[in-house]
Amino acid sequence: MEEILISVVQRTLVAGTPLLLGTVGEIISERSGILNLGVEGVMAVGAVTAFIVTHHTGNPWLGLCAAIIAGMLISMVHAFASVSLQSNQVVSGLALTMLGLGVAGLLGKPYVGKPLAIKINAMPIPILSDIPWVGPVFFNQSPFFYMAVLLAIGTWFLLEHTLLGIRIRSTGENPKATETQGVNVSMVRYLSVITGGGFSAMAGAHLSISYSKSWIEGMTAGRGWIVIALTIFALWNPMRAVVGAFLFGGIFVLQYMLQPLGISPNFLAMLPYMATLLVLLVGGLRDSRRLNAPAMLAEPYRRGDR
Amino acid sequence: MKKIETLEMINIYKSFQGVRANDNINLKVSSGEILGLLGENGAGKTTLMNILYGIYQPDAGEIRVNGHRISIDSPKASIDHGIGMVHQHFMLIQNHTVIENIALGYARAPMLFPQKKMRQSIVSFSEKFNFNIDPDKKVWQLSAGEQQRVEIIKALVNGAGLLILDEPTSVLTPQETRDFFHVLEKMRKDGQMIILISHKLDEIKKICDRVTVLRKGRVVGHACTEQMDKRSLARMMIGREVIFSFSREKMSRKEKVLDVVDVEVDGDKGYPVVNGISFEVYRNEIFGIAGVAGNGQRELVEAITGLRMVTHGRIRINDIDITNQSPRKIHNTGVSHVPEERIRFGIAPNLFLYENAILKQHHQKKFSRRAFLAYGRIKAHTRQLIKDFQVATPSINIQTKNLSGGNIQKLILGREIADKPDLLVASHPTYGLDVGATEYLRNQLLKRRAEGGAVLLVSEDLDEIFELCDRVAVIFQGKFMGILESDDSRIADIGLMMAGTKDLRTGEGADDSF
Repeated sequence: MEEILISVVQRTLVAGTPLLLGTVGEIISERSGILNLGVEGVMAVGAVTAFIVTHHTGNPWLGLCAAIIAGMLISMVHAFASVSLQSNQVVSGLALTMLGLGVAGLLGKPYVGKPLAIKINAMPIPILSDIPWVGPVFFNQSPFFYMAVLLAIGTWFLLEHTLLGIRIRSTGENPKATETQGVNVSMVRYLSVITGGGFSAMAGAHLSISYSKSWIEGMTAGRGWIVIALTIFALWNPMRAVVGAFLFGGIFVLQYMLQPLGISPNFLAMLPYMATLLVLLVGGLRDSRRLNAPAMLAEPYRRGDR
Repeated sequence: MKKIETLEMINIYKSFQGVRANDNINLKVSSGEILGLLGENGAGKTTLMNILYGIYQPDAGEIRVNGHRISIDSPKASIDHGIGMVHQHFMLIQNHTVIENIALGYARAPMLFPQKKMRQSIVSFSEKFNFNIDPDKKVWQLSAGEQQRVEIIKALVNGAGLLILDEPTSVLTPQETRDFFHVLEKMRKDGQMIILISHKLDEIKKICDRVTVLRKGRVVGHACTEQMDKRSLARMMIGREVIFSFSREKMSRKEKVLDVVDVEVDGDKGYPVVNGISFEVYRNEIFGIAGVAGNGQRELVEAITGLRMVTHGRIRINDIDITNQSPRKIHNTGVSHVPEERIRFGIAPNLFLYENAILKQHHQKKFSRRAFLAYGRIKAHTRQLIKDFQVATPSINIQTKNLSGGNIQKLILGREIADKPDLLVASHPTYGLDVGATEYLRNQLLKRRAEGGAVLLVSEDLDEIFELCDRVAVIFQGKFMGILESDDSRIADIGLMMAGTKDLRTGEGADDSF
């Protein structure tokens, strides 16, 4: 019994890791006012890049770095469209998802079915991992898990307690006022979108070189969309994202556990989205200001407009 | 960097889509001086200052600081040269705290923990000017006057030697204005250089050393305020004698049209902003509601016209209960509405003129048959309307957004009173309009009154209230401070009531800022 419980929690944290990485990235982007619906595509690009580079170099860490760079590069497409061209961010984000999925499918075609010789394995932290119960659950995890949690805390700190954070948040709330204070709104938005892309690509890399060690097309399996939902669930707060991501990770694990009991897997796959709807509903019934969405989210901003 | 001591703008030109907003403008200001920039709405004052602040780039001309030519290509460059600006529409992040707003633009804000590290300097800064602001409050929780103080601190912490103030008193009560002028005088003593944009002659005369007057994008004169009287300033600003010729003969009230009983309404933030208001408006009467913006007048008007839920109380038109009915039903009962923010709420800017002319009547038999609009009749109606209401337009087949503000407002008013409604609700009908359009619109309201209509007029412009209204209610924090007849002697102290004083006795607290 004890072992089952530990394994469930452990798998929950593993399943929640890519969700957390993606969500934190999306929070950064949305806090600067840019809605990025391309997460799913960027994740796929990250996953395939990480896999290919690891496959050829035999170094998964190099694969991770390459994935992050690839994710940042492809996110620039969205940044250029939504910041420089002031186009509709929903359209551009959806285009990025399709582009990313397409590119990943194309590049990954020769690698389908070839397992990696090496992947990023769980890294027990000395001493801490020996603590009963807590040790195996929290301190015997993939480095991705530690990175995700640290990045979430770091992002929260950045947004709430640094000048750069105030600039990012102000840009999302009121770009015009921010510009009059001498901040380069376009640059802040570019940086935020590109950083967010790096986070999403990391999430993708986790799937292909740590969670599993293979590439198949469509392996992101809608996680990018759950990230969008989680961003709202977390009310644009990285600390709440930690809770949300692992809660949703738990729902993933629940799918596997409840399936033998005869509950339709389609119903279970619906749970994360239903949970999001529920949160939005409950939030909407309360004071709307507390919902916390950046005021100018998805609104294009052009300098010098009357 | 050397502190800014003189600033010159030389031969500045700027056009927007072919319209000259600034045409060869020159001005100069030095330390320890308050320069007034006087002009009507649309004279180009704000455009000129936005050029100085780096928001717009001039088409031609140069800017000199301490005699040296400089280029200002962004607000940041402007801040670096020691220029600070308080915009008419505050440039504040509503959801952020006071500290976060100040840290955003502060050149020496610490990278880490700016909120903690800057608190002390902000507190001592605000004590210097008796500002008394809680640095941890979110901006949306502050009053307009407090928000303005945040803006001033924002500009001054960066060591701005030149402070530009765009219509700073438009959101303040008379009492707040008086405090604000004390602050300005103190700054002048400290050697601060200030440019004050205003269209209010009293303010310019009271506080400014010199004045530069703009009209239609050109400088029409520079003067020392001491040598000018209000009359000659007004003549410079408007280009002709201001004679508002209104014939408001006395009329006895007829039947009751609007009956508002103990109405309460919630604001956007979910708490009550209209707290139990009762009044009646009669035929042959213009009933004015005066008050500083944000005291519940918008919500009250929206409740009467059906755009907002009434949480308590009743509203009746001609003894028919219309409380929480749909806007269309209320309109059909005989209520017309000239809304505030005419571009946002009064018209559909991208639709053609003739479409906007029947926005509320399109469903009536004369303009449509089943699902189809009768364009022939609609266009004929529109042509008549623009003739009757002197809407200047090259054609009725143009997008309505291409009209000037005054012509848009004439179109809206024409649409609203063409059906001779029993009650016309007009919110800030002449806000931002030139003198000619203002005069015309006010005369139309008086005409409506003479024809037997009831008019509910909400305005911040006290001249307008005094000229038009038979009775005036003063609203403050969602309550009426009192309802005065136009010949009531207490009306002189209306400024005090706008700041929340009730039960005035004659002559008490005569207010010199009016």
